[in-house]
Parts: sequence; C-alpha cells; structure tokens
Amino acid sequence: MSRKKLSRRQFVAATALTSAAMITAPYVRGAHAAGKLSIGFWDHWVPSANKASTDIVNAWAEKEKVEVQIDYIPSQGNKNLLTIAAEAQAKSGHDILAMPTWWPHAQSELLEPMNDVVGDLIKQNGEPNGTVKYLGQSKGKWLAVPASVGSQIKGPCSRIDLMKKHAGIDVQALYPAGQAPKADSWNLEAFLKAAEACQKAGVAFGIGLGETSDNVDSAGAFFQSFGAHLVDEKGNLTVKTDAVRQALDFYKKLIAFLPPDAGAWDDSSNNKWLVSGKGALIMNPPSAWAVAKRDAPQVAEQCWTHGFPSGPKGRYAPYLGYFWGTWAFSKNKEAAKGVLRALTTPDAIEKMCVASGGYDLPCWEKLTTLKVWQEEGPPKGTLYHYPNPHNHQTLSIAAAPAPPKIAQQIYTQATMTKMCLRYAQGEAMEKTLAWAEGECEGFMRS
Amino acid sequence: MVDVALQSSQAAVRTARKQSSLRNLLNRKSTIAFLMALPLILLIATLVIYPAFYAIHLATLNKSMARFVGLGNFEFLFKRETFWLVVKQSCIFAITAVVFKALIGFIVAHFVHNIPAKGQRKWRGMLLVPWVIPPAMSTLAWLWLFDPSYSAFNYTLGLFGAGPIPWTGDANWARFSVILVNIWVGAPFFMIMYLAALKSVPDQLYEAAAIDGANWWQRIWYVTLPMMRNIIAITTLFSLIVTFANFDIVRILTAGGPLDHTHIFATWAFRVGIEGSDIPLGASVSLFMVPILAVAAIFILRDISKRGNEA
Repeated sequence: MSRKKLSRRQFVAATALTSAAMITAPYVRGAHAAGKLSIGFWDHWVPSANKASTDIVNAWAEKEKVEVQIDYIPSQGNKNLLTIAAEAQAKSGHDILAMPTWWPHAQSELLEPMNDVVGDLIKQNGEPNGTVKYLGQSKGKWLAVPASVGSQIKGPCSRIDLMKKHAGIDVQALYPAGQAPKADSWNLEAFLKAAEACQKAGVAFGIGLGETSDNVDSAGAFFQSFGAHLVDEKGNLTVKTDAVRQALDFYKKLIAFLPPDAGAWDDSSNNKWLVSGKGALIMNPPSAWAVAKRDAPQVAEQCWTHGFPSGPKGRYAPYLGYFWGTWAFSKNKEAAKGVLRALTTPDAIEKMCVASGGYDLPCWEKLTTLKVWQEEGPPKGTLYHYPNPHNHQTLSIAAAPAPPKIAQQIYTQATMTKMCLRYAQGEAMEKTLAWAEGECEGFMRS
Repeated sequence: MVDVALQSSQAAVRTARKQSSLRNLLNRKSTIAFLMALPLILLIATLVIYPAFYAIHLATLNKSMARFVGLGNFEFLFKRETFWLVVKQSCIFAITAVVFKALIGFIVAHFVHNIPAKGQRKWRGMLLVPWVIPPAMSTLAWLWLFDPSYSAFNYTLGLFGAGPIPWTGDANWARFSVILVNIWVGAPFFMIMYLAALKSVPDQLYEAAAIDGANWWQRIWYVTLPMMRNIIAITTLFSLIVTFANFDIVRILTAGGPLDHTHIFATWAFRVGIEGSDIPLGASVSLFMVPILAVAAIFILRDISKRGNEA
C-alpha cells in the first residue's frame, strides 16, 4: 500500500487556492447570491390571502437570487405583538415584520427609516391617507412601509332588509353601488332613531362596549364626529370639554338601544351578532359578511357595507393601518427594501386585495377603486363603498390626534368605551371626566 | 535537616488529608444529591433566576427603556387608581379561589376516601379531569357557556323562566365567573393531595377516637385536621402562588373587563407591558406579586417548621 505524502509546497498552494475561493465566493452569482431574508407576515384570516403574498415574494426572490423564509404570525392571542416585543428586546429577529397600527411608533427607535421606499411609493400610488401618515411617520421619518394586507376600515355593515323594514332607511339608496354617496341625511340623529327602532323590533345594532379593538374603534369615530379628543396633538389634556360631554351624552342614549351585554363584547361578538341574524347593523370590515357568505348566505345577501353617520364636526370612520417594518439591526436591509417595493406595486396590491376577498385596504390615493370592491357580492356592490372611494368620510383612528405614544395607551386601555360605560351606568358626568383625565395624565409618562 | 524532614512530612500529611476530605466530600450523600440536582439547578437558574433579575432590571427603566429611573415605576403605580383596583382584585380572586378550592377539595377527598377501593380509581381519574385539561382549552369551553349573547347557562335558565345573567358583562358576575372557573380547574389538585394525606392517617387513631365516643366532627377536628395540617399548609401556599400568578383564565374569559373589574396582576401586566408597549411598567406590575407572595410564604412555611420542631 503506497501512501502519498503532501509536500510543503502543495500544502501552501492548496491553502492559497481555498482562501481565494472563499473570499471570492460571495461575488459569484449563485442560487442565493444576494443572501438571506426572513419575513414575519401577519397570518391572514382568509386562507388564500397568505398564498398571494408568498407568490409575490417568491417571484421577487427568484429574480433577485435571495433565499427567503416567511413566517405567518397570527394575531390571535396577540402572538404578533409578543413577537414584536421579543424581537425588540433581543435585538434580533425577522428582517421584515408586520406591525399593526401603533407599533411602528412604539418601536420607532429601533426601526430602519423607510423614506426612500415610501417616497417612491407616493410617486407611484399617490398620497397615503392621513391616518397612515399619523401612524407611520415620526418627525418626517417614515418608520415603516404601509401594508395593504391587514389594513381595514371598520365602518357600518347593515342589513338592507331590517334597516328598511324597521328604521325606514334604504342603505342602498344612501350608498348606491358605483355612485357617490347620497347620505346627507345619514347623521347621528338618524342613526339614534334607527338604533331605537331596530332595538324595539328585536334586532338591535351590534356595537360593543368592551375593551377590544372593534369597540374602541367605534367609540373613537363617534367621539371624533363630535370633535371630542381626550388629548390634543400637542399632548395637552382636553378631556373636560363640551365636545367630550356631548359625545358621552350621545353614547348614553345609544347604549340604551344596544344589547344589554355589550359591555362584555369582544371582537368576535359583533360578527356573531350579524351572522346569527340577531342584529341590523354592526361596525366591522367585511369579515363578518364573508363568514356569513359561507355560513348564513341568506344573511350575507342582505348585507351592505357603507359609511359612518355624520356628527357636528364631520363624518369619521376608523381606519386601522398595518405596516411592514425593518429593524435597524436587520442583517439584510437592502434586500428587505427590495421585497417591500415588490409588495407595494399596484399589481401586487391588487393581487393581494383580490385574494383577501376585498378585505385588505390599501391606503394609497390611487388604489381605492379596484375592481374587486365593485364586483364582490352577493349582493353585487356590497363592498363598493368599503374603501371610501369618494372620500365621503375622514379616515381616522380612535385617540388621534394625540401624540401616538399617548394615543396608544388611550386606545389599548379602551379609555373611551370605559368612559361611555361608566357614564351610562349612572356615574356623574364630572366624575367620569375626572377619572378619564387621571388616566390620560398617567399615559403621558415617557 | 530535621526541619526539612519535618516540613516534608507535614506537607504529605496535608496532601493526604486534603485527598481524604475530597473523597469524603464526594462520598457524602448530600454532595451526590447536589451533583445530581445540578442540571435542574442550572435549568432553573437559566429559566427562572435570570428572567427574574431581568424583570427587576426592566422595572428600573423608563418607558422607552433608555434611562434608569430606580423605583420610579413603582412610585408611579402607587398613584394609579387602576393599580389599586388590580391589587384588590388579585387578593379577592386568589384568596376566594384558594379557600373554596381547599374546602371543595377537602369534602370531595372525604367522599372519594369513603368509596370502596374497587371503584375508587375510576372516581379519582374522573375528578382529576378538570386539572389535567390545559386551562386555556377548558376556559374556552367555559367562555362559550358564559358567552354574552349565546350562553348555554342562560339558555338553560331561560327554560325555567329565569335569567339571563350577565356572566361576563357585570362586574360582580364577571368576578364570580372567573373565580368559579379557577375553582373548577384547581379543586382536583387539592382533592388528590388531601386524599393522599387522608390515606396516611392511621386507622388506629380513628378507632381510639371512636372508643372515646368522638362524633364525626370531633374526629375531623381532633384527628384528621391535625394529621393533615402540613399538607394543607403546603397545598395552600402552592395554590396561592399559582392563583395569584394566574393569567389564562382571566385573559380568555373576560380579558380584564368589564371596566377593569376582573384584571389581576398578570393580565394587567400584559395589557400595560405588551399591548401598551410599556414593558418596564408591565414588569413592575408583575414584580408587585413578589412581596405579597413572600409574606404569605414566610407565614405558612414558618408555621410548618414550627410544627416540624414540635414533632
């Protein structure tokens, strides 16, 4: 048996060759030459919607030679919020992470500025709505890229038949499909009368007073239609104002016509209320209607999504924006920005909106009239007014215009619904206001 | 020369003594026990002690976690009305639930103890079911039973012309509901512990008591309870800690509502820390459980060691 010996010269040559290969390897365009990218998307409740975003990302990854890993993180049990908090603590995690409403501001110090990406998107898609600017921008810096996936308006979804029969209101005439709204008569007074009539007929409006998002969003929109803010944009307390008193008085009247258990409602309660046929109106994106389409088609074909009633200071509707953020400690920021651009082209946005059955709502000026909202049904046109195509109402979010870090506390602690409930349960107005003022003072800690 | 020889022999003695003391140390049962427990100690250090100290560290930071504020977060909490509501509710929740769990566990343990040995295993198994099912899952079933609009309980009450009861919509009923579910989940633990304690009480004591003419109450008061008191104390302490730190039942059933009237430390810490993005304040709320539980632990354990010394 012969044994080949490695000479010193051969050893040096082999080492030099290996070193050269290792140094030059990253510059050779291989299958995943542009590195790795991990994405944490929100796990959409519409099953096929995830596939649409996966397809867009995969097509981009193949073109750009990037190895992508996508995790779909559900919002059930606040798993997405826990993930955001954990990654912020660990300073490690996904390169792109879906963040709902307040979280870009909450993590503003840790996010990579996205001015270049959003600047290009504005040129391409038009201006984003005011709520998205409020939630996504800080001191001129875009904290994250507005996402269409998960973004929604929580406007009224009414039963055409029940509203006509019991309240004498034809919601299709107020908000005709394919046309601008003719809803001047749809104001808070008409809303209260309709609520009373429907409650007497045993099909009460399903508006919750619990501490979850749907309940808070409705209260926020009604407060804004009175011009009632607990904290103004400069961070001053504005609880003890006539506007807030008027909003509370309105809510007290409304609560008398809501289901008696509304104080315990969560985000699923109003959906169940509509789908089971027990109510004439709820405040929700079209998810309840979509479930009804599957489980109670006779209910779904009577549903019509439309605008909020107007108040003394205007017509407001809650818009909840989702964002895609990139951590400042991300290892592949350029690739992250690349895929975010791919996810926000008009074609990609339309593809994702169609996959979600019209639920997802882009914030961009030029993208509120996609075909999907005109065509979805039954009844055809039920979602036409969902994206606010005629800018008939001002999109906002509860607790705005307070500085977002204070507003987040007001929103999360459901201060407005608690105020309404306390006052409706017999607490004196001034006591309720004093309580709310104390709460808001506490939210101002930095 | 003599000095040198003496020194070397002393060194040899020292080495031999060292070796034998090391051998003795290794041969000691306590050393072996320590070494065998070491992996678990390391695991606890990593998963419990490190997070505990990290929580203390977090509790000393400001909201944006950029500045050290010492006890500032606690000072802030003490001025909040909601915080004192949470303290009050945590105490009501934990004490009421533990008392009823102990009482029900004690009574059921006696029933099971008196079932003939042949059928006892089946009953023990069935009664343990609520404790064995993951609470998050069983609480979901309770949530459906208590559902504001479609409660199965209210439906049943309606058949008798009663109700509906706002199980989770009214502050007092909501407190009752979360405590009820906690008792349902935790009572089997007390039952099984008390059953084990009952089985260890010598029959001769009851026979002697019977000869002395003791009635059933006297047998319980003078024989059963004194024989079980250490188990009762340990079980109570353990349950008090677990109940005070409960999260899942309240979170799933009421999420702290209505009007914060069912929030307990863990659920409010989650609301403030995770949902409200104020992690330092959330950590401070969680840590507030420590002094309360420490006081309870000191009293209960001191009583146990006193009884141990008496024995």
